[in-house]
Amino acid sequence: MPKIKLPTKSPSIDMTPMVDTFCVILTFLMLTTTMRQPEPATVDTPYSISEKPTPDFNTMTFLLSNDGKVFINFDNGPDTLLKFRPKILDEMGKRYSIEFTDKERRDFEKYPSSIGVPILKMKDFLDISDNKARKAFQTGVPIDSTDNQLAMWILCARQVNPNIQACIKGDTKTEFPVVKKVLDILQDKNVNRFNLITSLEATKINLEEIQK
Amino acid sequence: MAEIIQEEKAKGGKKKAKKHAPHIDMTPMVDLMCLLITFFMLTTAFSKAKVMEIILPEKITDPNQKQPAVVGSRTVNIILGPDNRVFWYPASVKPEDYNNLPPLNETDFSAKGIRQLLLERNRTLARKIADFNAQVTSGKIVLTQDSVRGSISKLKSDDDTGPIVLIKAYKKANYGNFVDMLDEMNICGVAHYMFVDITWYEEKMVETAITAAPTTPTSPK
Repeated sequence: MPKIKLPTKSPSIDMTPMVDTFCVILTFLMLTTTMRQPEPATVDTPYSISEKPTPDFNTMTFLLSNDGKVFINFDNGPDTLLKFRPKILDEMGKRYSIEFTDKERRDFEKYPSSIGVPILKMKDFLDISDNKARKAFQTGVPIDSTDNQLAMWILCARQVNPNIQACIKGDTKTEFPVVKKVLDILQDKNVNRFNLITSLEATKINLEEIQK
Repeated sequence: MAEIIQEEKAKGGKKKAKKHAPHIDMTPMVDLMCLLITFFMLTTAFSKAKVMEIILPEKITDPNQKQPAVVGSRTVNIILGPDNRVFWYPASVKPEDYNNLPPLNETDFSAKGIRQLLLERNRTLARKIADFNAQVTSGKIVLTQDSVRGSISKLKSDDDTGPIVLIKAYKKANYGNFVDMLDEMNICGVAHYMFVDITWYEEKMVETAITAAPTTPTSPK
C-alpha cells in the first residue's frame, strides 16, 4: 500500500485579509480617538442619572479642585478657525494692559488642559515651554472680591463668544462655599444656566481608579 | 495587498531562478498592529462625561422686588450638612420661634432615606408621571420623544400637591452632596425645587443637631 505523503511544505495562512481589516480598524480608532488630557488637578466628578452628553463646543469649563482652586478652560468654538481662545486672552490682556506676543497666543490656543494662572503671571507661564515648570504656576484663578479675575474671564469669554455655556466640573469633595462663590460670580454676570459635569451612575469605575 | 504576485510567464525560454512569488513575513506587522489596536481601544474615551443642567433663578437686584412667596405647608427644607450628613425639616420657621427652634430630622442619601421622604410627598405627581410613561411604553399614546418630555414637564408645572423643596447648604457641605441632591430631585420627579442660601437660624439648627448627635446615628450606607 502506498503511504500517504505528508505535505512537505508547512501550511501558510494567507494573512492579507486579516491585515486589511486590522488596518481599517486601526485607522478608525486613530481618527476617532480623543486623548484624555491630564487636568491640573485630579477631579472625581459626582454621579448622576443624567444622560445628556457634554456639549462639544461653545463651552467654558470651570474646574473646581477639592482644595478650593478654580481652573478655567475654553474651547475654540465649532470651527478652529474662529480661534476663540486667543481672542479671549487678548480681551483679558486689554483689561489688564498686558500685550501678548503671537507665540504666546498660539501657546495659549494649543494648551491642552485647564488653566489656573493669575493673569499677571500668564506671560511667564506661556513663555516657559517645560510642562513641569508650568505646573508650578497653576495656583488657581483668583476669585476674591478685590481681584475677581474669574469674573473678568467670564466677561471676556462671553464678549468673544456670546453663545458660550458654563460647565462646572467639581470634585465630589470640593467644599460647598467655593462652588457657591463661583455660582454667585456667574450669576452676577447673568449666567443662570449651568451644566454640572457628572459621571453616569451606572458606570462607577473611571479610568483613574483603574490606574491606581 | 502586501503580497506581490508575480505573473508567471508561460512562455518557454530561460528558466528563472525565482519560481515562487516572494513571500513577505507579515507576522511582526500583525503583531504591531494588534498592539496598536489594543492601545487605542483602551485609551479611547467611550463614555463621554454627562452633564446635568440646572437653571437658577435670576438674582434679585431691584430692592423693591420681593422673593416669590412659598406655600409654607408644602415646603420641605433640606439642609446639606458636614460629613455627608443631610437634615430636613418641614414647613418653615416663623420669626417668633427664633428662640425656640424646631429640631432637625436627620436622614441619609440612600434609597430609604431622602428618596423615600420625597417620594411619599410627591406621590400624586410621581404616579401621574409613571402612568403617563406606562401609557407611552405600552403604545396607548404615540408620541415622539420630544413631546413626551414636553408632556412630562407640563405635568410637573401643573402640579400643585407635591412638595416645594428648598435645598440649603451648610458651610461645610461638599459639592458631591449638592449634585446628589439635585439628582435625587430628578429621580423623584420633584416639580418645584429651589436652591437657596442658608439662613442664620438654620445654621444654628444644624449646629445644635450636630452637637446633639456628633456622628450619624444610622450605619453608614
